[in-house]
Amino acid sequence: MPPSIRGCGCNERSAYFMNGSTTMIAATGASASRGLVFLRRLLANRSFSMGLALVGIVVVLALLANVVAPFDPIKGNFKARMVAPGAAHWLGTDHFGRDILSRILHGARVSLQIGFLVALITAVAGTVIGATAGYFQRADGPVMRLMDAFMAFPPIILAIAISSVLGASVTNVVIALAIAATPHTARIVRASVMVVREMEYVEAARALGAGHVRILLRHVLANAMAPLVVRVTYVFAVAILNEAVLSFIGVGPPPPTPTFGAIIANGRDFIVAAPWITVAPGMAILVSVLGLNMLGDGLRDVLDPRMAVNTR
Amino acid sequence: MIRFILRRLLASIPVLFLVSLLTFGLLWLVPGDPASMFLDAGATAEALDRVRREMGLDQPFFVRMGQWYVRLLQGDLGTSLLLNRSVVDAILERLPVTLSLTALAFVVSVLLGAAAGLLAAVRHGRAADQGMMTLALLGLSIPEFWLGLVLIWLVAVSVPLFPAGDYVAFTTSPLQWAHHIALPTFSLACVQMGFVARMTRSSMLEVLGQDFVRTARAKGLPEPYVVLRHGLVNAMVPIVTVMGIMVGALLGGAVVTEQVFSIPGLGRLIIGAVLSRDFPVIQGGLLFLALIYLVVNLVVDLLYAAIDPRVRLQ
Repeated sequence: MPPSIRGCGCNERSAYFMNGSTTMIAATGASASRGLVFLRRLLANRSFSMGLALVGIVVVLALLANVVAPFDPIKGNFKARMVAPGAAHWLGTDHFGRDILSRILHGARVSLQIGFLVALITAVAGTVIGATAGYFQRADGPVMRLMDAFMAFPPIILAIAISSVLGASVTNVVIALAIAATPHTARIVRASVMVVREMEYVEAARALGAGHVRILLRHVLANAMAPLVVRVTYVFAVAILNEAVLSFIGVGPPPPTPTFGAIIANGRDFIVAAPWITVAPGMAILVSVLGLNMLGDGLRDVLDPRMAVNTR
Repeated sequence: MIRFILRRLLASIPVLFLVSLLTFGLLWLVPGDPASMFLDAGATAEALDRVRREMGLDQPFFVRMGQWYVRLLQGDLGTSLLLNRSVVDAILERLPVTLSLTALAFVVSVLLGAAAGLLAAVRHGRAADQGMMTLALLGLSIPEFWLGLVLIWLVAVSVPLFPAGDYVAFTTSPLQWAHHIALPTFSLACVQMGFVARMTRSSMLEVLGQDFVRTARAKGLPEPYVVLRHGLVNAMVPIVTVMGIMVGALLGGAVVTEQVFSIPGLGRLIIGAVLSRDFPVIQGGLLFLALIYLVVNLVVDLLYAAIDPRVRLQ
């Protein structure tokens, strides 16, 4: 399934995704009440609502980092180095005397931003590539062979190599992670486009004289989006994990930018003397990724009732 | 079957070519001069020239590409700028370490993951099911390198049950090897364990709802026999199809895990090369990892075709 197993959950299912359930979010022109029904079904799903709550808390805290963070995330205080968690510093401080809680809150901002951008770029690139390969049969072979070649590299290694070659910066980390996540996403879009392409309403549109672009956008893609939505949620989660790996290794955004991975990398050498530096940001990653995974599971359950029967 | 194998082998040739092209093209992504990125800013012009020559950067692009392919076909990946030795030798020396870690994590994650998934499916809807699935979700969401660090802190330093790092070759002492590799294996296998557990469970539930399972129960076969022989054997078929991707993910994870536990494998070689911009080693490492992935996927496809004859006709 996923290039990284974590990105998964959806793709082997995409093959039998077209049980008539995919129109739910695809109904762009549908009435508001239909959207409301869909929303209600989503919120009734326990996994989705719990995931939404977790992600919501993390996002709000990240957005309010400037307000809620008690200290400056970058400026150190040499009088308060490696202070254990307590009243003054809830999560302790690192070897520069920087408040861990403040660094995590600001780090969430950077990490979530990276995750979001990676998800967005991957969704767009994956859709363009996957739809081209799935709809235009002549492009299928060459395009998918190229995707196969990309997928031959472990995604995290590909991202490490690209990030190191491009140089460390937030932008380059986003590029590297998006390149690593796109091939598999393209494959998922392609699979669902190939199913929808054969539908009778597509044939009807063609018979009515609609052009390729119109058919692809209005009829095929609009009805092939469900697997993508689920996949992109997982891509978001995996991007947060992989950003942490890049920062940990030393090819992430340059210091002193706080990111989840950078804080852990700082704490690594003090794992015995000051374990709180390492433990707390890891928990922050865990909560964010867990929330996104639950969100993805919930979306999958609702968008694909056939699987929902199995996973409930 | 022979026709299927031949067709599958032929199909992998263009992918192999593209993989090598991508690996070569990586250098092209470097903004500016790769030689000056390897050396410090204060490097002399002579030193720069020497590194450029070593990397072949004094040649035109297509000449360089031609040379890369000629050498590649001879099994030569160039010389490491940092270690000043053959890239292939350096990689082959470290490969067994990475492969043993990956293979062990693979076995552990399939066995424990399948067991957890099986338990969850059999106890569908009960506490054991929910417990297993919560664990699996946690496993999928945990950053593996962080888990490694926390394990070092908890069971290697605070309570010294395991060594905190280093590596002992299997050939030196199998017992020491197992002791040293236990923590890395566990932290690496965690993600895949969750993945396998979830897949086994949903696949198992689907199989247990099939008519042949009902028939088996109806004719009075003992329940454990039905669950294992009729259920699990069929439920594992989808797992076989994703084994290739699992190995890819494990290889990637191993690179990072080696870094955490100071294991002298391919991962440490690649990360070291990444940090010092030793481009020939980065390219060589990428190529080897991709090659392993392609070979594993070839084996998986053949295995799948052997299990399910319908695949051969597609």
